[in-house]
Parts: sequence; C-alpha cells; structure tokens
Amino acid sequence: MADLYEATYTDPASLARRAGQLGPSTLPDVSGATPTAGTAQATTASGTADETLTTASGAAAQATTARTHTPAPARDARHQGALPTRAARVRYFAILTGMGAFALAACFALLAWDNPMPVGSEGFWLIANLRATNIAVIVIVAFCQAMATVAFQTVTHNRIITPSIMGFESLYTLIHTSMVFFFGAAGIVAAGSTSMFLTTVGTMVVFAAFLYGWLLSGRYANMQIMLLIGIILGAGLGSLSTFMQRLMTPGEFDLLTARLIGSISNAEASHLWIAVPIVAVAGGALWLLAPKLNVLALGHDAAVNLGLNQRAYNIIVLLLVSVLMAISTALIGPMTFFGFLVAMLAYQLADTHDHRYVFPLAWLTGIAVLAGAYFSLKHLFYAEGAVGIIIEVVGGSFFLLYILRKGRL
Amino acid sequence: MITLSAVRKSYSTEVSIGPVDLQIPAGGVTALVGPNGAGKSTLLTMIGRLMGMDEGAIEIAGYDVATTKSKDLAKIVSILRQENHFVTRLTVRQLVGFGRFPYSQGRLTGADDAVITRSIDFLGLGPLEGRYLDELSGGQRQRAYVAMVLAQDTDYVLLDEPLNNLDMRHSVQMMQHLERAAEELGRTVVIVLHDINFAAHYAKRICAVKDGQVCYFGTPAEIMRPEVLSDVFDTPVDVIDGPRGPLAVYY
Repeated sequence: MADLYEATYTDPASLARRAGQLGPSTLPDVSGATPTAGTAQATTASGTADETLTTASGAAAQATTARTHTPAPARDARHQGALPTRAARVRYFAILTGMGAFALAACFALLAWDNPMPVGSEGFWLIANLRATNIAVIVIVAFCQAMATVAFQTVTHNRIITPSIMGFESLYTLIHTSMVFFFGAAGIVAAGSTSMFLTTVGTMVVFAAFLYGWLLSGRYANMQIMLLIGIILGAGLGSLSTFMQRLMTPGEFDLLTARLIGSISNAEASHLWIAVPIVAVAGGALWLLAPKLNVLALGHDAAVNLGLNQRAYNIIVLLLVSVLMAISTALIGPMTFFGFLVAMLAYQLADTHDHRYVFPLAWLTGIAVLAGAYFSLKHLFYAEGAVGIIIEVVGGSFFLLYILRKGRL
Repeated sequence: MITLSAVRKSYSTEVSIGPVDLQIPAGGVTALVGPNGAGKSTLLTMIGRLMGMDEGAIEIAGYDVATTKSKDLAKIVSILRQENHFVTRLTVRQLVGFGRFPYSQGRLTGADDAVITRSIDFLGLGPLEGRYLDELSGGQRQRAYVAMVLAQDTDYVLLDEPLNNLDMRHSVQMMQHLERAAEELGRTVVIVLHDINFAAHYAKRICAVKDGQVCYFGTPAEIMRPEVLSDVFDTPVDVIDGPRGPLAVYY
C-alpha cells in the first residue's frame, strides 16, 4: 500500500489531476488550471494564490519527488512545530527569557535587599546564604504547583480548575487541626517534624491514589464524577476541621492559624532535602510524559484513536500530580489560587498546546509571581507571611486584564 | 475485512444493540444507514474500540479489537467521531500532525511531515494549514479532522457522519475525497451517512441498521428498492431513475 501511496503522489499526471480537482474547491481564481497542465511544478504553482505559498508548495512537490530517490528525507519546508510561525517562536523565547530574567531578579532582590554588607563581599554571601532557604522553597513550590496544575488541567479537560480543590488542602488542614486539637501547643511543634512532614505527604498521596484508582478504573469511570466527589470530600474534611477549630481555646487557634495560611516561612529547611528528589522524579516523569499529555488534551476519543491507553495514563498523571501537590502543601500550606493563576498565565503567554513549552514557562512564571509577592510583602508592606493574599490580588487582576483584552482562554 | 460476531451492547432493558453478525469486506466505501437511534454510531464506535461491547467479538484484519494493543490498532484502524471539540488551540497542520502520533510518539520526522503534507493537500487544505481551528468554518474544520485520520495512514478508516456541517458542494467533495482514498490509496472506509442518496452514489456497499440489528447488507442496487428503504426508514420511499443513478424520494 505504501508503494501505491508514493506512486499516487509523485506521478506528475496524478498531481495535475489532483490539483485540477481540488483547485476550484479552495481557490476561486484557478479556473485556468486545467487537469492537463504540463508538470507537477507548474500545476502546484498555478494552484496557489499566495506568493509565499506558491514557493512552499513548489518546494514540497520537489521534495516529494526527491524523496523517492533518497531514503532519508530533508525537513519539510511546510513543517510546523509546536510554535507554528517564526514570529510565534521569537515571541515565545522572548517571553521565556524575560520571565526568567524577572524571576532571577526577584530572587536576587530577596537575597540582597536590606543586606547590610557590600554586594560580593564575604559577609554579603553569609547573610544571603541564610536567606537562600526561602529561595529554594519558592523554586520548589513554584515547580510543584506549575507542573501539577498544568497536567491536572490537561487530564480533566478544564482550564479553570486547580488540583488544590481535590481535597489536598482540606486534608492538610485536617491533619494540622487534629494535631493541635488532640495534643495542644505541643502538636504544633510536632507538626514541624520531618516524620510529620512525611506522614502528611504520605496521607495525601494515599488519599489521592485511592480516590483516582477507585473512581477512574471502575466500569463507570468518569472524570467529572471524580472531580465532583473530590470536591465534596474536600468540603467534608474542611467542615470537620472547622468543627474542631470551634472547640479550641483562642490561644491554640491562634497558633494553628499561622500554620494554615500558605506562607514561605512555614517550610523547614531540613524537609527540602527530602522534597527535592521526590519532586525531581515526579516532575521529570511529567516532562517525559509531555507528548502523551498533548494527546490526552484532545479528549478520550482522539486519544484512544491514536493508540493511547487513556485510562492508565490519566491515573499515572493524576498520581504524579498528587505527589507534587502533597509536597507543595506539606511544605508551605494551602495556596489555592496560585497554581491556577500560574497555569493560566503560562498558557496565555506561551500560546501553544505543547506541554514541553508550557511547563518551563509555567515554572518560571511561578517563581516570578511567588518571589515577587514575597519580596513586596516583606520589604514594602512589612507583612512577611501570607503570600497567598498578594498573589490573589495582583495575580487575579492581571489575569482579568489579560483575559478581557484577549477574549479567550 | 471487519468481522463482527454476536456483538451485543445493552443500554437498558429496552434499548440494546445486537446480537450483530456482520462482515465488511476490505476495500471501497461501506455506508451505514438507518433511522435515528438505530445504533449506527454505536456499532462504528465499538468497531473503533472507543466503546466496549457487552458480548461478542470484533476483528479488524484479523486483529481482535478487545485484545490487540491499542497502540498497534492505531496503525490499522482510525476513527473520527461526530462531535469533535478540543480544548487545545491548534493550527490545521498541528492537528493533522497528531495523526502521526502512533508512528512518531510526538516527534515528527521528515517522513511524518511528508505524510502530513499529502493529507493536507489531499483535502485541499494547503492554503489553510497555518490557520487555527477556531478561525475556520464548520466545513473546513470537518475536512481538517478527516485529514488527521487520513494522516494516520491506516488501512481501515471509520467516519461518523463526516458530512455534518457541510454544504452541498463540500459534501460532494468530501465523498469524492473518500472514494478516491478508498480507490487510489486502497483504504477501507466505513462511514455513517444520513442521506441515502449519497450512500447510493458513492458507496460500494450499504449496510442498513434498524433497532440495533443489521437488516440489509448489499450493493446500492440491492438496497435502493422502495420496499427495502420504506422498511428501513419506516416511511414511504419511492426510488426513481435519476440522471446519475437511482434516487430515493421521500418527501
């Protein structure tokens, strides 16, 4: 069959006939192109209205002819990558560089601002090192939230959703609330320990694995029902926490509140050494799955048609997402709006469907937003802590502005 | 050859499909026709393994669709559903490029690009290949989807009502493209059609489905008879000799 295919397309007479048939359908001004036109080159050229297209199609026709003689074909002149035009490529890499520069600047500002020693001196780096933990936390959390949200939105076919609502945050809240509820102030101290960090992460991943495994592998597997049950379970766990919080003494409640608002300073430096390898493995796996994510984004029918085991990959991706979300939440606490905002901005800025291009931009955007928010809170408003607040205000308005100007998701 | 043996699918006690036994020979265009809700699309989606069946077996070119790896089947059979809505924003060429996924796993080679170019040109989409899908008319988009399944380069192509959204001219062109794909490229095209006259003119075989059963299967000449069509569609149908073959008149 391949031979037949090749013959059909390289035979000039067939090309001429094809152009004669197709011409009138797409191009109104080719009445002159008769089916008896001499060569493939001439027919293709007369069949195209646009000057640039003429060259492109001509080259393609020549390339097709050449291909019958050479086994290794050259890159098609009409090839389109994830970024279809030169302008799109230039724009993407300009934005990527700009975002990277902004993220770097924000991180450097965090290290250098209010640093009493002259830049570059030994004392400067000593102080900077003390602050480096915060930078590391920002980079890790941005990575987790960005990768997890983009991948989650892809498998759920929903661009206005965030994995945070799937019970991760209410589970975190519940674990910490019960620690304080049952053990009092000592519970808060215990909540900062490494074993507690691992328990929190483990519980969240097991919870997610159970939810996804049960809901997505059954006979009536349905993504929408899974989302709904996840949200309802999250709300249920949330009310359980609220109930316990009502019974606490004001002092204990105060201690607890500090842990429940997402904040960079919540993170313990010793946890980072555990977090980094896990995050790297989960994120790396998502990166390797990127071409499959591109196909999953087309929906069930198209993915199955293209030979992807859609159900299995959905569960694998969701498990990786839950690992990343669990690490991020266990490190700094709930950040409901952050992942959503970063994914949204990344899609708007990248303007491509390919996850290999969206992921890096989302990560850099995440670092820029988080570092920028942390910096302005700490040094402009002297309100170190609740980064979530400024992210929602600034990020939300930027998002609204952008979407109203562009008019589409 | 596509072989269905005792295929059954039940939705509820009242609505069920089958048992269907059917053999669709390789080559040419085979049209599935029948009234709404007869089960044409369900049969097609089961053949294309987008939906599981409750009982029975389906084989395409000797491969059982339930047990063969989906990855391998993707190089044998491709299917296009009626409703296609993608969240992703794609250009025509990017969309058609996805048809190469079973071979390239996402990394397009020069050979993949050549097939993509052919599919696009085959459906006359060359000038539109840089456009985004949301910038196309319904008919152009429909052609882009068909170009995608043709780029998949499978011997068997299943299409669920590809004439949806197409006007008279584009319907005719689409059927001509499919007929040529069947003849020149040796594809086996199975297509759900609503217009019996289109089926009669372009298909090599017509399969009439009614109440979840295949009630008639044969050449257009065998199916284009008033008593057969009146029975299939539950409405009086006359067949007259038109200038280009038999015409069903039902209004």
